[in-house]
This record gives sequence, structure tokens and C-alpha cells, in this order.
Amino acid sequence: MAMTTDPPVQERHAIGQSLKRKEDPRFIRGAGRYVDDIVLPGMLYMALVHSPYPHARINGIDKTAALAMPGVKAVITGEDLVNAGLGWIPTFHGYDKQMVLAVGKAVYQYQEVAGVIATSREAALDAAEVVDVDYEPLEVIADPFVSMRDTLIIRDDRENKTNHIYHWEVGDRDKTDAALAASEVQIDERIEFQRVHPAPLEPCGIVADMSGGTGRLTMYLTSQAPHAHRTVVSMVTGIPEDKIRIVSPDIGGGFGNKVPVYPGYVVATAASVILGVPVKWIETRTENLTCSGFARDYHMRVQIGATAAGNITALKVTTVADHGAFDAVADPSKYPAGLFGIVTGSYDFPTAFTELDAYFTNKAPGGVAYRCSFRVTEASYAIERGMDMLAQRLGMDAAEFRLLNFVKKVQFPYPSPLGFVYDSGDYHLTLRNALDKIGYKELRAEQAEKRARGEYMGIGISTFTEAVGAGPSKLFDIMGIKMFDSAEIRIHPTGSGIVRTGARHQGQGHETTWAQIVAEELGLDPQNILVEEGDTDTAPYGLGTYASRSTPVAGGAIALAARKVREKAKKIAAHVLEASEDDIEWEDYKFKVTGVPGKSITMKEVAFAAYTNPTPGSEPGLEATFYYDPPNMTFPHGAYIAVVDVDAETGYTKVRRFLAIDDCGTIINPMIVEGQIHGGLTEGFAIAFMQEIRFDAAGNNLNTNFTEYLIPTSLETPHWETDKTVTPSPHHPIGAKGVGESPNVGSPAAFVNAVVDALAPLGVKHIEMPLTRAKVWHAIKDARAAASAPLAQNGATHA
Amino acid sequence: MFPAAFDYLPAHSVDEALAALLKHGADARILAGGQSLIPAMRFRLARPTVLVDINPIAGLAYLREENGALLMGAGARDFAVEVAPFIKERYHLIFDAAAVVADPIVRQSGTIVGSLCHNDPAGDWGVVALAARAEVVVRGNAGTRVVPIDDFLIDSFTTAVGEGEMALEARFPTPNERTSGSYQKIERKVGDFATAAAGVQLTLSADGTIAAAGVAIGAAGPTAKRVVEAEKILLGARPSIAVLRAAAAEAKEISDPIADTRGDIEFKREMAGVLVYRGLLATLKRLQQGELH
Amino acid sequence: MIIRVTVNGTEFVRDVEPRTLLAYFLREHCGLTGTHVGCDSSSCGVCVVAIDGDRAVKSCTMFAVQADGHEITTVEGLAQGAALHPLQQAFWDCHGLQCGYCTPGMLMASYVLLKHHPNPSEPEIREALAGNLCRCTGYQNIITSVQQAAAEMSPQPVEA
Repeated sequence: MAMTTDPPVQERHAIGQSLKRKEDPRFIRGAGRYVDDIVLPGMLYMALVHSPYPHARINGIDKTAALAMPGVKAVITGEDLVNAGLGWIPTFHGYDKQMVLAVGKAVYQYQEVAGVIATSREAALDAAEVVDVDYEPLEVIADPFVSMRDTLIIRDDRENKTNHIYHWEVGDRDKTDAALAASEVQIDERIEFQRVHPAPLEPCGIVADMSGGTGRLTMYLTSQAPHAHRTVVSMVTGIPEDKIRIVSPDIGGGFGNKVPVYPGYVVATAASVILGVPVKWIETRTENLTCSGFARDYHMRVQIGATAAGNITALKVTTVADHGAFDAVADPSKYPAGLFGIVTGSYDFPTAFTELDAYFTNKAPGGVAYRCSFRVTEASYAIERGMDMLAQRLGMDAAEFRLLNFVKKVQFPYPSPLGFVYDSGDYHLTLRNALDKIGYKELRAEQAEKRARGEYMGIGISTFTEAVGAGPSKLFDIMGIKMFDSAEIRIHPTGSGIVRTGARHQGQGHETTWAQIVAEELGLDPQNILVEEGDTDTAPYGLGTYASRSTPVAGGAIALAARKVREKAKKIAAHVLEASEDDIEWEDYKFKVTGVPGKSITMKEVAFAAYTNPTPGSEPGLEATFYYDPPNMTFPHGAYIAVVDVDAETGYTKVRRFLAIDDCGTIINPMIVEGQIHGGLTEGFAIAFMQEIRFDAAGNNLNTNFTEYLIPTSLETPHWETDKTVTPSPHHPIGAKGVGESPNVGSPAAFVNAVVDALAPLGVKHIEMPLTRAKVWHAIKDARAAASAPLAQNGATHA
Repeated sequence: MFPAAFDYLPAHSVDEALAALLKHGADARILAGGQSLIPAMRFRLARPTVLVDINPIAGLAYLREENGALLMGAGARDFAVEVAPFIKERYHLIFDAAAVVADPIVRQSGTIVGSLCHNDPAGDWGVVALAARAEVVVRGNAGTRVVPIDDFLIDSFTTAVGEGEMALEARFPTPNERTSGSYQKIERKVGDFATAAAGVQLTLSADGTIAAAGVAIGAAGPTAKRVVEAEKILLGARPSIAVLRAAAAEAKEISDPIADTRGDIEFKREMAGVLVYRGLLATLKRLQQGELH
Repeated sequence: MIIRVTVNGTEFVRDVEPRTLLAYFLREHCGLTGTHVGCDSSSCGVCVVAIDGDRAVKSCTMFAVQADGHEITTVEGLAQGAALHPLQQAFWDCHGLQCGYCTPGMLMASYVLLKHHPNPSEPEIREALAGNLCRCTGYQNIITSVQQAAAEMSPQPVEA
């Protein structure tokens, strides 16, 4: 069976090879260098004081006892920062501001209230315990549906005395409402995407260093976007950008958690400025889970219409978003709900409309793109769950229903009703391959047999489309900075080289894949192309690594910078080969003179010539820089199928099989792509079954460390089966799309669809994530009760 | 997170440990495996000012059969139990539990006696000890006493070990060849405390009736609890589905869990019954009983 | 309190507070930063080291003073100079790591596993590594890595 459409791989191709990772030798030896590994002379340590109350007036802070503790050098409060002009910082997209340390009142539980700086971690923590804060608890709003009533204004510092943050909408409301009303069949369901947290294993941290009397600030920072952070730091502090150096060393996983600027960074930096020595702050796991950026927390109402034959007619999604106490969502400035407009997914809706209202609550701020291109995961979950609900309502097979309604291959580039232009895809091929490979017909037959025996087996499909690679500067910016990325390539005289970009990997394998792109474009050995990222003093400006943008944007920049190098090399080749430039062609990784067999020169030889025999009248050397502003985003897609068995007695769900067929366009390194898919699927599995940041009605966070915020181990994690189709992006320089997030975006719906499919005979229509045993058990129990009740309607739902 | 400061006293003999405990009273805690205590100290939920480390005491990590009982010294670690062939062969209930306590790394440090002394309401070993009718050897200034497990587990995080005393050994009666057991645990993931747990041990007599029964549940109240009524139902009965169901119903009846992130009360109570039933079924299967009716 | 701990064959004599966790002793007193810290609750396993060769411990859940007189092996002690340990080689070959943060703990948990169990099956490896979290790999390639290393390390079967 032909599963792939990629071209035959030539032996010398650097792209398409599963090159072993170049970054690995240091990690397997324990020689990686993460922020907490950095120790500077005279360095002090900071611990933070947090509010135990979700909402409380602060009547006073007494530092006396803390200052008297051994080793304590300073205690910094919100008031101190206000006096220094650092009391508030702009939030990610710049539409709100956020307290660095609580000023006047604390607005969520665990909010940072004071920083204690001491000679050791232990001493700082000991003193933080005795900072005496006089709290006066206030009424708490932990629910956005209560918040919207404005009975209590959480953010009384704002001009508008309302908890409503903004309204956003896209699409044709009237046409969509009319089409829905006219639909022969319709679903109208509430679907929640729970609040989760990216929780990389390395927490966030900083070593801020204003020592040395040079007036220069160095920040060793867990940063997915060092340049953007440098600009923000400069704007907030007034320190000129040349006096700020941000070094993002090895990063122990980011997943969107390390995109925002957090209060701890600011306080540690202020402390270093005040004390003139380096100050280190490393989050505790509790701080990570309670204070730094959460993700999702979307409460969605999904309406889809169809004809009786199953042809979709319209989609409407209405969302209430819980943003916590500050509007700190990590979305591009013009997209307050990110790329949620991808909610029409892989389906050809004649019309669609979506609107969203965001509210403040007494919860931690955030809304980061957790392994997700800005709210694409929420959108994907909504449409993929919605399509299954509609198929169930229609009595149609979930696969057949999708195949009937997919955007067709001939429709690309496809303008979606909510404003995107999908670049390429072949949804029918991908799903058909998945159905064949997993043995869909046989599974359905097995399911029928099991149902006859009273056993619960489910098959869940998700055929998502993502929008990644923000992005085109006409659309995307963060606080005005356009979302391009950059690459600088220098080829050394002996034919090795260095490439630097504005991206910053956190495990994605850039040190290998970037070398492969350069090697492919220039015919050099990828082993001799060094990749360097993360130091704002050396790397060209870029917006960083998140939202699956590295390959679509920085990867494009690298390919185009390499082509600039090649253009220059061509001139040198002409000079060395004593031919006209017009007669030089690049073929089989060599410059050849057209029509003169055997007359050729390698890039390595050209590199040497660039420094030893440069073209007269032109610049010596061989290097180039390219800032790439992509013309469009890329739209990866995939077809996922989950097979589950549910133990109805205990609510336990076993994921027996999971097949992921991904289409991310041209694949640079198949081994790395497969690894990304394994990881993304595992996080999707975690979200579907375990991960949740939950609050009680009083605003207390119930998931404050890894004993309660559950991350699956090797034992719970299913075995992943993967495959691919390859539909190159027509506009990307090497045809590549993003991939790191697709499996996390696409898989949650597949899991939930499978569990609901298993329980469909009981009348279960939906269960909210995470699908804990208790929830599944209750759904079964409720459905059985409804079925046996004399006045039972059509099934039951458990939320 | 870092513990508050404390004094560290490594003990090289039981007498030395007891002397230290006596001297420092309620401020002192014994450090055995440390797998519950150290995280609690890191969160500053526990703040002992003196830690008496019993790991340096030679010969305390034993695991041996003597006088019809399996003796586990205060230093015996979960991992040792998990990998001992004779445990796998004869002590089915203990073997089951040893594989699901905490996680495989924690089990390489955690101790059984330490876990019994910690007496977490959702801990595993209290359930096992009740079902197996274990005893704990406690030593103090006044001498040594042997405490039946029912008297040992007093309340959440409270046992019969008094101030200045230490638990030296846990004793599990050696099962005869007509005895087997099973430990059943629902956990959200590896490393989690039980959402619900059940320990079961049965001895069959030659005529196939139940000659001895131990049934206990965990995460169902302030401490692991014996399901006395279930044991009564089982004792002398010939195993049948109806008998098992009746015993399981008693477990559900006395289950008194708290609602938490692991589940609501209704679910947890139901699971207490399901797990006792499954434990009994697994035990009878191990005893090579045929299909039950 | 003065303690003597042999780490990767080198004796370190250091004066530490009793509350110093072994992980921080290794990182800050011995300068061996390969051992990481990822949580406060003994949940994540990025700090796993071997004590006395055959016991894996979470070094954030043990005090440095408890290691007095013992031998500790950390990830830095696996390779013999330029020669990687078969586990390190296998993690590299099989793409058993991404961000690298869990890798030292995974390697050390696997190192102790193979001491007790030279030829573990896939389920046995999944069981043995369930005290170590990874956010990047989904574990699959880690398991393949351990299998490759086990095959490499165990004596080759003698042909009949």
C-alpha cells in the first residue's frame, strides 16, 4: 500500500534523512546547560511570597522579621516596584497590564506578593515564610458565568468597571443563523476545554546579572522568544536594548509555558539592579502550576446544521473564555482569540460564524498556546467533537460523514468561510489511508460483536486541520513587532559553517534539522554546520519558537538565506571556473558549466575561494542573512484513530490502539518528526484523560503540584502507531509545514470520540475532559438510569 | 522547596535510636525510607527539628520467614519484597501490593514498616496488613510489645507507636498452600495514592469452604479498615457469586471516603465493593477454584 | 556536618547543612549539574541517581547526609572518557530524548534496571520507568533505547 507521496530519496539528500541529533551528545552526558546550572560569582537567590487567598485586600506588608533572618539581603514588595516604575507590566499582546507583585490587593490564589533575596535558596525560603502580610479576604469569583454578571468588579484598577474583557467575532452571523434554522438536522451542544498547564519538566527561571558596573544587564532566561523578551524588557525598564543581553540556554521543554514574561523574572532583575549582584530565581513546581501561564479554559457552544443526507450546512461556535485576573493571553495582537477561526476544520462549510467573550475571574492569568498554534486546539476539539455528535445524531458512520464533507483536494488553495486560505491538503487520502491501515471495517465488526456481548469498545476519529507558522506580517504582530523570523549563515573557508536564527528550540531538534536544510541547499556536510540559537547578542532578531512556527518561518528563512549564499557562491564559481555566470548551473550539489562536462566546483571549493580567491570587485567572504516574512501560514492536517475498551464497572478506559497519520508537507528529518508526534500524542492523551487545573468555588487551586496535576507515565501512555502522507506547502521554500503541535491539537477529540462511541449504545452523548474514571463511571450510571426511567428522553449527558 | 532546618542524628543501633527519640520527644521523627516524610518536609507540612536516621543500623532490612511468619524489618524496602521469589510464590496479597505502591523508584527506598507507621488513609500497606492479620513489633524504653494490626492503625497518620518508641518489625502469618490473596487498587496513574483499594486473603478448607478470610479496604475512611461483616459472610461459606457479592456489598456499606480530586463519595464507595469482589474472584482463581456460580 | 561521599569514583568531602538534598549536593557542592530537579513531590524522577551501584533513588527525596560513606553514580559517571555507556549510545541512536531534561534520570533508572534485569521486556521497561516523567518523547523511543542497550550489554548467545 502506498502510504506516501514523497519523492525518491537520493543518497546525498540531507533533507529526508533521519540524521541522529547533533545536540544529543551533551544531553546524554549530563552536560546540557539549563538556567539552574548557571552559577555566577556572588550570586544570590530569590524566593517569592504568595497570596494564600484568591482575592484579598493587602492592608500592609511588614518586612522586619524577614530582614532580620540570616543571609537576607533584601525584601521587595509591590509598593517598592511601583516606586521604581515597575509595578505593572504590559501583558503579552499589550491590551492589558499586569501587577508584578500584588499592589493593594491580590487577585488570585498564589499571586506573587513579595520577593526575598538571600545568600542561599534555603535562607530565602526561610525568610519568605516570615514576611508578614496583612490580608483582608474579599469575595471571590471563580466562574466566568458568574463574572459576566458584574456583581463584583475584579479589576477595579481599570477604566471600564466590568469583568468583560472583549468581544470578538468572525464570519457571517445572519447567514449562519438562517442556515442553521433551515437545517434538517442540527446539534447544539456545550463543550468545555478545561484549563490545563503545559508543565515542562524544567520549571521557569532566571539568573539576572547587572553586576560588573558596565550598566549592562544579562538575563539567563527560560525563554522561547529571547529577542521579543529583550524588546519588552527594554520598553518596560527603559534600559536601552543594546544594554540588555538575553541568553536562553538549553531549555527543558517549553510547550508555550516559556513564552510570557513572568513576575519572578522582573523581581529578580530588579533585585540584581538594586543589589548589583547576580540573582537567581527558579520556580518551584507549585509556582509553575499556580502562577505561570495556563492554557485553554474555553466554554464553547457548538451548533452544526446538516441536511438529512448528512451534508453540512453551517457552523456556529459561541465561546466564553476564562482569562483569569489579567488579560495575559499569548495571542498575536490582532487575534485576541488566536487562530480560533480554524474552527471550520477540514470541512467545507457553506457558511460559518464564531464569537467569543472573555472575562476576568479570580484565577491565575494566562491563555498560552500550549503545544498549540494560538487556540487551534480548542477549535479543533470543538469541530471534531461536534462532527461526531452530528454523525451520531444522523446515525451515520463517523468516517463516512467526514469523507462526505471534507474540503476536496481540487479546492486548494481553499478559502475558508472564517477567513483563512488553506495552502494544501488531501484529506480524503489521509483518512482513507488511516482507515485501511488500522483495519477500520474489521474494528467495526469486532465492535458489533462486543456490543452484542455487552462489552464497551469504541473507535474515535479526528481529522483535524491546523493553522501554523504565524506569520505573515500584514496579519501577525506581537505588540507591533511583526512575526517574521530570520537566519544568518556564515560559511567558513574550509567549507563548514554556522547558522543562527531568531528561533529558540526546547527539544525540537533545530541543531540537526537546520543543519540539514543548509546542507541540502548548499551541498555541504550537515555534521559541519553548527547551529546556534538563543543569545540575543549573536542571533539575528526573531520572534521565537512556539505555535509550530519554527520550520514554517525560521526554516523558511534558513532556506532562503542559504539560497542567498548560493547566489553569491555562483558568482565565485563563475570566477574560479572562468565561465560566464549565465553558464553556471547548480546541479547535483555542484556548480557546473553548462555544456562542459567535467567542469565543476563544489561548494566546499567555492568556500575556500571566497576567502582565498574572491571575485575581483566584489565582497570577499561567504555569508548571508535573510528575514523571512511568510506569504501565508501552513496548514498541516492529519487523520487520527483511537481504539478504546471501557470497563463499565470502574469507568477505566484502556487505549488499545492509536494510529496517527500526519501530513506536515516536506519532512526534513523523519526520526525527529516521528518523535514530535509521539510527544504531542502523549500530551493530547494527558489532556483527554488526566490533566486539569481545577478550582473550587472559593477559588482555591486544586492541582498545585505533580501529585495532583497528573502527567502520564510510561505505564499509562499508549503505544503510538504513526504514518504520513506528504502534501508539500506550495508557498514554503522547502514545502514544509509545522508538526510539533498537530498531535496535541488533533488527538484529544479522537480519545473522547472513542470513549463516547464505546458508550453510545447506552445513550451517552458527551463526557467532558479529562475523562477520569469517576466521570466515565457516572456517565454510564446516568445513562443507564435514564434508559430505565419510564419517561426517558433520548439518552443522557454527564458534564 | 526545601525543608526547614533540623538536626540529623544517624543511629547505628536500635538502642541509639531509642535514646535519641527519648531525648528529643515529639520534636524528633524517625527517618526510614523517607519517601513520605521528605516531601512533606519540603512542603514544610512536617517540621521535625530532629531526624533520627535508622538506615545506618545494620541488619534492620531483613525479610525472612521464622516461626510461621514473614518478618519484615524496619529497614526492609518495598523493592526487596517486590523481587523476592518466595514472596511471589507464597505471599500473593503482599506480592500484588508491592508492585503498585507509589512508583518503582520510590519503592527502592520506601519501607513497609515506615508506611505502616505513616498510616496515610490511602496508603497500601495498612490494607494488606489488615487482610493478612499482621502484627507490628514496637519497642520503647519500657520494652517490646507485639501489636495486632487492628490495634496498631489508630487514626489518620496516627498509630500505636508512642513517643519515644519505634516500630521494629512487621509480621505477616505465613499462608499455607490453601491460602491466597489479592490486592486491588484503583489509582489515577502510577505514583498516585489509591482512589480505592481492597486487600483480600482467603484460606480454603479441604471441603472447599472458606476456613479463614481477611478483607480490608483503603482510601475509605481515616485509616485502612477491616470489613468485618464481609469476613463473617465468607467464613464457613462455600464460594459462590452470591457470597462474593454479599461480601463486596459490606465493603461498600462501610466505605466512608472523602470526596477529592480522585473522585466523589458515591464513586469511591462503589469501587470499594467492586474491588473487594474482584479481589475475592482473583484469590479464588489463584486457589484454582473452577468457575463460580 | 562534614560528609564523605564518593561520586562517580571521586571522593567529595564537604560541609553541608543536614537539610541539603542530595540533588543539590551533587549539583552545587560537587558541580555535577547533570542531575536535575523538576518537582517538589518526588513525582518526576529527573533527579534519579544510583546509590551503591544497584539502587535508584530520587536524589531530591534523600538528604546528602544520608549519602555519607556511600557511593553515588550520576549521569556524568556513565561514560568512560570518550566511550559512551551503551545506554547513552542507545538513547542517541533511537532518539530517546528531546529536550534532555528528563534524560539523566531516565538513564540512571534504566542503568539500575539493567543491573537487576539484564533482558527486560517492553512491559517490564514501561513498569520500571514509571517513576520517571517525560514530557517530550511519549516514552516510546526511550523504551526502544533501553531494549537496544540491553541487547548490547547482555552476553551474545552462544551458537549451538
